[in-house]
Amino acid sequence: MERIPILRMGSVLLVTIQVDMQDQTAMALQEDLADKIAKTGASGVLIDISALEIVDSFVGRMLASISGIARILSATTVVVGMQPAVAITLVELGLSLEGVRTALNVERGVQLLERARRETAVGR
Amino acid sequence: MDAETSGTLPIASEQNIVATRQLVRTLCQQLKFSLVDQTKMITAASELSRNTLVHGGGGRMRWEFLEGSGKRGLQLHFEDEGPGIKDMNLALTDGWTSGGGMGLGLPGSKRLVHDFVVDSEPGRGTRVSITRWK
Repeated sequence: MERIPILRMGSVLLVTIQVDMQDQTAMALQEDLADKIAKTGASGVLIDISALEIVDSFVGRMLASISGIARILSATTVVVGMQPAVAITLVELGLSLEGVRTALNVERGVQLLERARRETAVGR
Repeated sequence: MDAETSGTLPIASEQNIVATRQLVRTLCQQLKFSLVDQTKMITAASELSRNTLVHGGGGRMRWEFLEGSGKRGLQLHFEDEGPGIKDMNLALTDGWTSGGGMGLGLPGSKRLVHDFVVDSEPGRGTRVSITRWK
């Protein structure tokens, strides 16, 4: 089974999904990310799905649970680069990805994460 | 030589779900579906092939090109010999799940296609047929 690589850039973990994932691969990514967040103390997770041609309910659920797991581990998740056709299809399918933060591209995703980190720092 | 106008693909493993998505993409491209139409059809195929594997214990996807009143379309049949669907109304309700999932497979797929037919009886398997016209 393939595993999706997780890169670390400072306090952010970067995941670029470039393959049509099997369900198992998506499940493994969820576990690998939880491990990596705990080990590195990352404050942000950026998931780039611009190469994904479809997001079905399984992958959608995976994105939502990664966001939830990361939040409990004190990290913010941003999903970036969703193609317009994918967004249209997801909403029609009935999946609105509530609780998942999104940004149009990696640059904006990074900005969002920086802002979230500053707010948390002030809050402390 | 004419291109094929129908075929069958087994659904017996997770890899087969990936394979059905890839085949449906190719078929949609042959019919020159728009990107959004293509995305909807592939997503519906992904949901239904997972149902066939998880709930039906495996089966197959049959596909055929349709022609009618000047239009061309793609029809997909997802078939299994599994336990069947006990309560069809419930199975077609958003959010209802027989276990694990989000309960979007059937009702969600139905919204992504033009025609949607489920044929199932407890103990006699399930067939879900979907069609999208260009």
